[in-house]
Amino acid sequence: MRVPVSWLREYVDLPADLDVDELEKAFVRVGLEVEALHDLRRNVTGPLVVGRVRSIEELTGFKKPIRYCLVDVGNAEPQGIVCGARNFAEGDLVVVSLPGAVLPGGFEIAARTTYGHVSNGMICSARELGVGEDHSGIIVLPADTQAALGEDARPLVGLDEVVVELNVTPDRGYCLSMRGVARELAHSLGVAYRDPAAAVLPLENDGPGYPIRVEDPAGCDRFTAVAVRGVNPVAPSPEWMKRRLTLAGIRSISLPVDITNYLMLELGQPMHAFDLGRLSGELVVRRARPGERLTTLDGADRALDPEDLVIADSTGVISLAAVMGGATTEVSVETTDLLFESAHWDPVTVARTARRHKLPSEASKRFERGVDPQLTPVALARAAALLTEYAGGTVDSGLTDVYAVTPPAPIAIPADLPARTAGVDYPGERVVELLTEIGASVESDGDRLLVTPPTWRPDLTDPADLAEEVIRLDGYDKVPVKLPVAPPGRGLTATQRRRRTVGRALAEAGYVETINYPFVGSATLDALGIPADDPRRRAVRLRNPISEQEPELRTTLLPPLLATLRRNLGRGHRDLALYEIGMVFHPADAQGTPPRLGVDRRPSDAELARVNEFLPEQPWHVAAVLTGEVEPAGWWGAGRAADWSDAVEAARLVVARAGHTPEIRAAAYAPWHPGRCAEILVDGTVVGHAGELHPQACAALELPRRTAAMEVNLDALPLPDVTVAPPISGFPPALIDVALVVDRATSAASVEAALVEGSGELLEGVRLFDVYTGEQVGAERKSLAYKLTFRAPDRTLTVEEAVAARDAAVAVAAERLGATLRGA
Amino acid sequence: MTYRNDPYDPKQVALLDQSSLDAAVADAQKAFADAGDLDALAAVKHLHLGDRAPVSLARREIGALPPHAKSDAGKRVNAARTAITEAFEARQDELRADHERRVLLEETVDVTLPTERRPRGARHPLTTVMERIADLFVGMGYEIAEGPEVELDWYNFDALNIAPDHPARTMMDTFWVAAAGVGNEDSGLVLRTHTSPVQARTMLTRKPPIYIACPGRVYRTDELDATHTPVFHQVEGLVVDKGITMAHLKGTIDHFAKAMLGDDVRTRWRPSYFPFTEPSAEFDVWFPQHREGPRWVEWGGCGMVNPRVLVACGIDPDEYSGFAFGIGIERALQFRHGAADMRDMVEGDVRFARAFGMEV
Repeated sequence: MRVPVSWLREYVDLPADLDVDELEKAFVRVGLEVEALHDLRRNVTGPLVVGRVRSIEELTGFKKPIRYCLVDVGNAEPQGIVCGARNFAEGDLVVVSLPGAVLPGGFEIAARTTYGHVSNGMICSARELGVGEDHSGIIVLPADTQAALGEDARPLVGLDEVVVELNVTPDRGYCLSMRGVARELAHSLGVAYRDPAAAVLPLENDGPGYPIRVEDPAGCDRFTAVAVRGVNPVAPSPEWMKRRLTLAGIRSISLPVDITNYLMLELGQPMHAFDLGRLSGELVVRRARPGERLTTLDGADRALDPEDLVIADSTGVISLAAVMGGATTEVSVETTDLLFESAHWDPVTVARTARRHKLPSEASKRFERGVDPQLTPVALARAAALLTEYAGGTVDSGLTDVYAVTPPAPIAIPADLPARTAGVDYPGERVVELLTEIGASVESDGDRLLVTPPTWRPDLTDPADLAEEVIRLDGYDKVPVKLPVAPPGRGLTATQRRRRTVGRALAEAGYVETINYPFVGSATLDALGIPADDPRRRAVRLRNPISEQEPELRTTLLPPLLATLRRNLGRGHRDLALYEIGMVFHPADAQGTPPRLGVDRRPSDAELARVNEFLPEQPWHVAAVLTGEVEPAGWWGAGRAADWSDAVEAARLVVARAGHTPEIRAAAYAPWHPGRCAEILVDGTVVGHAGELHPQACAALELPRRTAAMEVNLDALPLPDVTVAPPISGFPPALIDVALVVDRATSAASVEAALVEGSGELLEGVRLFDVYTGEQVGAERKSLAYKLTFRAPDRTLTVEEAVAARDAAVAVAAERLGATLRGA
Repeated sequence: MTYRNDPYDPKQVALLDQSSLDAAVADAQKAFADAGDLDALAAVKHLHLGDRAPVSLARREIGALPPHAKSDAGKRVNAARTAITEAFEARQDELRADHERRVLLEETVDVTLPTERRPRGARHPLTTVMERIADLFVGMGYEIAEGPEVELDWYNFDALNIAPDHPARTMMDTFWVAAAGVGNEDSGLVLRTHTSPVQARTMLTRKPPIYIACPGRVYRTDELDATHTPVFHQVEGLVVDKGITMAHLKGTIDHFAKAMLGDDVRTRWRPSYFPFTEPSAEFDVWFPQHREGPRWVEWGGCGMVNPRVLVACGIDPDEYSGFAFGIGIERALQFRHGAADMRDMVEGDVRFARAFGMEV
């Protein structure tokens, strides 16, 4: 909402010396956010004066017609000025910027030679001065302008103006008008306010008005209309009105349309002007019928919905009520008889229609937020008066007013509610005073107040709304500062702590956290080689995605994380290790849409459980990707390239930090290399995968070969039991190395498991320290060398005991896996 | 001590002569001092302390002395030997120390060589800021509540007093989730536009007193640019208890701002509107450490929980009242750390997170 301050001054006694900062503070204090302040007084610096065109010499021989003018600006000699515009004549009053003036955009005016003449200044258009969009010609001041030549022209073109751009919150529909803004500003500054609606003389009403029938009083609880006949169809809008519209950001169109727009800004009542001659028969307000269409003023042909409120005459629908008028009954330059409509529409219906037809208009914006239903005849009277003043004609003596308005109901509010809400001890009379100030009528009933809100405040429906008005107008800065004392809390939950621990562990291990958008498209899943029937293909889909290529939500963290990896590679980073902890999304199994729950009470547990069935499953995952060197080459020696084992180690680290010992198994799972993919298990359940990415996936995503990745479903990891402290033996360990020869396909994990099982209780640790393949063990075999550590809690082990434990371990490996002792 | 009637004068035994002993001591001292290293010292050791060394030979002569002379001669020989041994040990200590010094000197390295064999990782500053805020509230006795990012629109809107046709719904630029199947029908699900549905979920499942903070990711259909991102983060606080007033809200926000931004920050409130709070305000902080000079910075929104929200969540507004507030994490990062361009926070360039390390 753009608010010219000079317009406000008509309704508020603003102090003459109110500066711009004070003005802004005054708005902010009552909750009107100032988005921008346009101080037009700063648009032009230097001399900008009134001049009279003495003579015009048409210059020929140039590409376009050019005039050389002598302009009297009150000096002894007239100024010679070259001008390209043609919309003025000798004797006209114009606005001249003289050398030394600076126009918007830093355009400095200086005497210069052009088209063979010295031009001593410039005759200005509205756009050049930044007071409007008109650049079709220069500004010609009205002949009756009361100004001496050479006098400052700023006040005459609106350059003495400050325009405030306000951001009006949706609850304050009445502040989408000068009437409402002025009222709030008067509250804020504690100065007098004059309601422009109260100043309007009501229309006479002694006869039948235009025939109107409202079939849907729920959708339209008030419809008023009056006809004005015999007006001059081409009468121009007065300059003051055009200027105000321009300042408010609305284009001037024609006198009747300008009047409706002007009153919408002044009073907040959106209106419509019909060409009376193009209406046939009774007007009917009703819902649209199936199949009905309307061509609206913007030229669009629209299919109407049976929920849309329309105005129809005997030819059919002529207006999409409260949103946009129809083309067939539009006023034109031939219109001499008009019907002004001023009605009050149901906010919800208007909101839906505007949204359905993607037509958020100035009118619909106001009706959605609530318009004062008592304004309709006021706006009508003012429109009729303005039209006849500037275009002649007569107003019909019959006014139509179909009235079904429910007056605002009184709200009972405990007198101390504002005090209890704010923690400020407002005296009872202060509460009554502030509520009265906003236009409410207040009756005191002991400890209760009965408050009837003013008709322009449909947002005030609850006691809390009234409490807010009191607290807001008394000032938020009066609210004291206190710190509430919370009951003792229990700290972070186990899963919250686990997420932190896992994130820190990965960061300490060299991974950099990224936070990626969860939006994905099927192309990336194709590139990763995810099979068509894979559950990860079943994704939550957005109706209005940012990009049509990425309409789905991730079911795995890898696609966005790999995209970030590639972005980093594109920026010249080569050695990269990234991780992310975030949610993935799997659609719920429930079919259809959740039942709608009410808000007038708490839904039952059963109702809540039922709607929650529609919620996608959204587990927290952790993923890491890496490429390049994980340890760089340096003065210490060669570097080490990242490979599958780093990814598996990252997965092991995650699981270990979550309090579990993972089991690792070979697996074939996209997008990993089928021979270099591990599945990670905890308590026999697969919780994730790790390894080297499939070469085709790397190629398709333009990633370096051997890029490695891991992903673990954190929520699939059970919370660990409380750790039991181990007995720490002070006796020395017995260390025995053992090398076992097994088939190449036998996994190290299974050998280790056999050794652990066979060793019995004395085993403290087992560590694989060498893997050998080669002639000495045969082509299909490999040798795995382990260091076994035995220790007893209560004695120093004898050599015999340690050897017996080792032999038992080897025996299990031999029996289960065909392992033989190397060299045996 | 000597006796006048001695038939045998020990002084006549040359080796036991005091001047001979003194000379042996002096020779040894010189020889040890001349030894330039431990090997040279070892090489001369036997000449002065070995079996054939003068003091050893002198000691052998003692046995032949008459009894009354033995004691005197023994003392003098021992004194000489002790002097030589001490000279040896002193020199040996000296040379050992010298040796060690030389070895250490030889082992000197350039300690300024780079040592980072594993590149350092980092956590994203959005994460660490959220954790810091969470810790702050945990310290005040709050608990940290979380909820789904794909949310039922009832929790995201209706329960928070945003009716289906309320203008605030369109204000929030919502991502709508399509129903299963091929069409583009509404599913009753949205990407949550704020962390406030967590409030509703908490109030529906817990009885007051409730003191929670809800950090999390939220979504709005803004295009990514320097100051907007469709995916961003908020932290929201909710308190529902008996006798809660706006004064408590003010105290909490003041404490929060000071704890996060320093004791010299101030806060200021502007009346505003949110459907789920009544009264509502936006708040600014006066941030003296701002990169571009001290200034007021818009930080968040707050208000008293609208009684309608309490009712929808099963809490009696006549018995309890509450407040809620929320701030944007990206915004905090922008002005607290001078991260001017929002894109740096979402594009994942490792240089950004690395600059922050593990804490903020």
